[in-house]
Amino acid sequence: MADNAEILSGLAEIVEEVAGIDTAEVTPEKSFVDDLDIDSLSMVEIAVQAEDKFGVKIPDDQLAELKTVGDAVSYISSHQ
Amino acid sequence: MSRQSTDVVVTGLGATTPLGGTVAATWEALLAGRSGVRRIDDADHEWVERHQLPVKIAAPLAVSPTEVLPRVKARRMDRCEQVALVAAQEAWEHAGRPEVEPDRLAVVIGTGIGGAVTLLDQDDLLESGGLRKVSPLTVPMLMPNGPAAWVGIEFGATGGVHAPVSACASGAEALAWALRLIRSGEVDVVIAGGAEACITGITVAGFVQARTLSQRNDEPERASRPFDVGRDGFVLGEGSGIMVLERAEFAAARGATVHGRLAGAGITSDAHHITGPEPEGTGQSRAILKAVSSAGLQPSDIGHVNCHATSTVVGDVGESRAVVKALGTHPILTAPKSALGHMVGAAGAVESIITLLSIKEGVIPATLNLDEMDPGVELDVVAGEPRKVDLEAAVCDSFGFGGHNAAVAFTRA
Repeated sequence: MADNAEILSGLAEIVEEVAGIDTAEVTPEKSFVDDLDIDSLSMVEIAVQAEDKFGVKIPDDQLAELKTVGDAVSYISSHQ
Repeated sequence: MSRQSTDVVVTGLGATTPLGGTVAATWEALLAGRSGVRRIDDADHEWVERHQLPVKIAAPLAVSPTEVLPRVKARRMDRCEQVALVAAQEAWEHAGRPEVEPDRLAVVIGTGIGGAVTLLDQDDLLESGGLRKVSPLTVPMLMPNGPAAWVGIEFGATGGVHAPVSACASGAEALAWALRLIRSGEVDVVIAGGAEACITGITVAGFVQARTLSQRNDEPERASRPFDVGRDGFVLGEGSGIMVLERAEFAAARGATVHGRLAGAGITSDAHHITGPEPEGTGQSRAILKAVSSAGLQPSDIGHVNCHATSTVVGDVGESRAVVKALGTHPILTAPKSALGHMVGAAGAVESIITLLSIKEGVIPATLNLDEMDPGVELDVVAGEPRKVDLEAAVCDSFGFGGHNAAVAFTRA
């Protein structure tokens, strides 16, 4: 089980790999779409990689609700 | 020679090929007589040994596009799209980044196969890992309009993005459509050419089964030998060639450097056989004649033909007949696939760049490996050394599976 700090840093690595955004930019208050300029195709890639990394399932209807990095960290933390 | 009312000029050139990562590197290697063909039975092409393919040679790119493009951009593209963007970036820089209204800028980039490698990779992932392993970028990576679409996005072209698909004629056909777009008055500038990157097990196997590839594995650099009596098929290559084309008045108004003119183009179809060319070369010769006439030229004006000649037994002789039928016996010929291999949908575009440079620089690169001319070809083919020439006009031939014939005519700036 990863703690929130580990989830955040793991998620940031995935975002960097998929979208080329510096890990330091990936902070809890950032919106994936509005702040990080991540499109829907990249969001699917990020979700699939996060599922593998953290052993969670992120159904599409849940993925649509994860607006910010903090939302994603909370979701992963409570579904591990 | 008369000029068309709507002249189209070439202001930018870009290419990535088996001979070099740029136009200059490719041209220098061509003049030096180097070959881009090599053995591919290595770790990067493990499928050659796994399937015991009888063809163990190809002409892979000299410079990988992933060395040139930013990592995140490249990972969203099939290699076929990557090479188009690399060549388009060079061409756009070469043209001096034209300032043009977005809706007066179009893109026409053809491909023969498109993102076949992505299709195969993603199918493997579906079979091994299920739905969730399939990339959401699968479709945009495999679609044959992908190379044109990415280039359109990169340079903000909103005047239309087109992707002619006519097998090995795609790159030349793209230039023909670009010419029509500018002449029609619809746009001022077109980024046009071809892209291909499909050196993989299934394409090699498919071409082997169609009996089209050279099996001269022991002498890779001597395998592609258009017009030579010892030819036994083509060598599969990959790459991209892109031109920036402009309405002449538009280029003049912005003070652009003009490297030559895309003076005319002709497209015909054989309606004969799905792979074999019509044996009398009627469709091919009509394409050449249409290009000459659309340029406002006479057959006697054409001093040079940059041949499609792929090094197949049937094709090369057929093309020589078509040249004679259309133009006579006076043009000087060369066959750059002897050095570059066959870049399928990119071939006609890269070879058009070579044709243009032959006029501009006054030198025709030699056809490699032409040791003994096929007795059925009674024409002057440059061999041994490049030949210095004074050319006013030249034609580039490109023909494809499906009976597609495209010819493009270039003249001096």
